Amino acid sequence: MSDRYPSDLASVLRMNGAAILARASVRMVAAFRERSWMIGDTVFPVLVMATFVLVYRGLGAPPAYEAFVVLGGAMIAYWNNVLWSMASQFFWEKEQGQLQLYLITPVSRMSILLGMALGGMVMTTTRSVVIIAAGLLLFHIPLPLDRVPAALGLFTLTLASLYGLGMILSSVFFRWGREAWYTATLFQEPIYLLSGFYFPVSALGNVVATVAALVPITLGLDGIRQVLYGELAHGLLPVGWIPPILLVLLALYLFLAHRALTAMEELGKREGRLTIRGG
Amino acid sequence: MSERSAVPAIEAANLSRIFETRRERTVHALRNVDLTVPRGECIGLLGPNGAGKSTLIKILTTLLLPTTGRAMVAGFDVARDPLSVRHRINLVSGGDSSGYGILTVRETLHLFARFYGVSRAAAHQRADALMEITGLGPKADTRLSNLSTGMKQKVNFARGFMSDPEIVFLDEPTLGLDVEASRAIRAFVSGWVRERPERTVLLTTHYMAEADELCDRVAIIDHGRILALDTPRALKRSLPDESSYELHLGGTPPPTEWTHHVPGVRTAFQHTHSATGAVELHLTVTDDHVIGEVLSVLKGMEVRVVHLTKREPTLESVFVHLVGRGLDEDDVVAEA
Repeated sequence: MSDRYPSDLASVLRMNGAAILARASVRMVAAFRERSWMIGDTVFPVLVMATFVLVYRGLGAPPAYEAFVVLGGAMIAYWNNVLWSMASQFFWEKEQGQLQLYLITPVSRMSILLGMALGGMVMTTTRSVVIIAAGLLLFHIPLPLDRVPAALGLFTLTLASLYGLGMILSSVFFRWGREAWYTATLFQEPIYLLSGFYFPVSALGNVVATVAALVPITLGLDGIRQVLYGELAHGLLPVGWIPPILLVLLALYLFLAHRALTAMEELGKREGRLTIRGG
Repeated sequence: MSERSAVPAIEAANLSRIFETRRERTVHALRNVDLTVPRGECIGLLGPNGAGKSTLIKILTTLLLPTTGRAMVAGFDVARDPLSVRHRINLVSGGDSSGYGILTVRETLHLFARFYGVSRAAAHQRADALMEITGLGPKADTRLSNLSTGMKQKVNFARGFMSDPEIVFLDEPTLGLDVEASRAIRAFVSGWVRERPERTVLLTTHYMAEADELCDRVAIIDHGRILALDTPRALKRSLPDESSYELHLGGTPPPTEWTHHVPGVRTAFQHTHSATGAVELHLTVTDDHVIGEVLSVLKGMEVRVVHLTKREPTLESVFVHLVGRGLDEDDVVAEA
């Protein structure tokens, strides 16, 4: 009877891969069936982005600054996705009485989280693409096409590292639920500031910017701006340093996330708080 | 018999669970529970709310750690090797729904099958079979958000079997379901065990008849302790030589203490239906002639007896005998 259960690494990976796709499919299906999110997730962010572009334009800032706003607006969506569609998701599942259904499955909690994140990227990426398209078409921001592939490479690395951080945050939600939700709300807007979504992060000063760099999106955005706009980006760190730092952060965050999720689950099992709604 | 078949489905030894509440109260949810369930058995846990049934299920399904003792499921320690346990089990909690409103019934069943490594083809086949059996077939492509509560519960029930578990834990699976749906689910469980002799079911229920119909053995649990464990038939036979009566009373119900003064009345509990206000009095008496005396006393108190039935021993009688009260918390009990 035991033959049907995965025992070797390949079959375990296959099972977890299937779980990632299955959980991602929920969000993808939702995105295509209920399209009302498109207005809230595209029109409104474009309006915010337009406001900042017009401010810079009114102040006579270089066109590269307008491009910073567009890139920042595109990246904000991923921070929100990490915070609300991944980190806090276990809390919502617990509130709906569904967390236990995930916890009794033999797949890794990280696979389930990754599935949530990948599924959420459909909406997030749509929002980002609309913001960039609006920037290019409405405000004619400069975009050196030959540097786009390198920027996309850095973007991918940034996202991987960012979602690693999201997994750590999810362990906090796992344990503290509503309290963590309030904390996340408190963090949302400050991260907009600290990550330099709408301005070069170096403007914050070295100390604050270095602390802010622990959020991968800060470093990633700084690097992408440098790749695309060179010295105009007023980079925080030399661009060559950024990919290795992001790789280290990715490895560190994945390791910590695995440890934190396991520890929080054990603690929850000991205290009996894994399946209690509102607990 | 294979080596694995010889391993019991469930083994609990000296299992206890203590909760420390926020008000610094200590709650003993389980006390030194010993339980061995061989493979192929359908075992029922009968007990009132707070008896420890769900705590036991949570420990066995790796959602909770015991405070002391050890629990093995399918031969694996739930605390030390939860992953091996999770491959082999599934859980259905009645009253809950599973899945997301945006997904259809079929998509929901497929989703949860994929978390257990079930192939697409097998998931498709199982989903079709389960939807047909549970009456969800016509709703296969309906979104969960458009289903009634009962239908959502059926989806949750079907989900629990999508992984074809070796051991399935059913926590009040028919809670809140209508009579027809409950009957369909009981028939399914019964057939599932019959067709798969190696599969095991642990069922908790409030409904005595459900336990009687489905379970090979029944454990009666109260205040975290297993008070009795045997076949329904043996449990009923274990009752002392006595008769059970059910009386439907009219007018203002008298306090049950009067039964103390009627010689031959062993136990009495009274239940008032919250919806109708109808009063039922359940009596066990040492001899049938005692009921005549009971009727005289009631007449003397000007309480009208609307209906009187002599009842064959049931699991409910066993429960009342062992626990001293009915399963419903509001039951007023008097030991005569």
